[in-house]
Amino acid sequence: MSDTIGAVMLAVGILFNLAGCLGMVRLPDVYNRLQAATKCVTLGTCLVLGAVAVLTAGQSAAIALRGALCIVFIVITSPTAAHALARGAHASGVKLWEGSVADAYAADGEPGAAREETE
Amino acid sequence: MPETIYNLACGALLVCCGMCLYRIGLGPTAPDRAVAIDILGIVVVCFTALLSLRTGLSYYLNIGIAWAILSFVGTIALAKHLEGKGFDE
Repeated sequence: MSDTIGAVMLAVGILFNLAGCLGMVRLPDVYNRLQAATKCVTLGTCLVLGAVAVLTAGQSAAIALRGALCIVFIVITSPTAAHALARGAHASGVKLWEGSVADAYAADGEPGAAREETE
Repeated sequence: MPETIYNLACGALLVCCGMCLYRIGLGPTAPDRAVAIDILGIVVVCFTALLSLRTGLSYYLNIGIAWAILSFVGTIALAKHLEGKGFDE
């Protein structure tokens, strides 16, 4: 039973990883690439780590525990890094794709300028 | 778990790494390359998980945890550099 669950989680996770990397290659500008790659690859890697934890839960508690710990780290760090990168890309002046419909950072003023006012 | 599943999963992850390297090489702007480096780090964590599953050794996942944290620190530093600010604020 747990073998089947683990194998399905592994397959779905790998498929998510492939879809995220494909989005990073095919999408038109850095912000689209960032959101496709970050969300899909984070979920895919968490599913693979969860599959490792499920498949080894009966034999090795060390691997299952470390897998769970690794999921926590990935879930915390990956969205933070993506947010910082999007902010940095916008502040360094990367243009949006011409088909983009909204630019909330530009509407609020540059992120760096807004922070200097509060200091 | 049969060997074929591991081999297929590792092959698919190698394709993912190839796509990341394509974007690192050809990315038109610096943030594109930074995004691809970040994603490559997460894919490597996935590799360590598969290695740990295949060999039954738990320390590969220690490598994965350390890799995730170091990749995060590097990405934050790159993002701060792109923002054009100093590192000390």
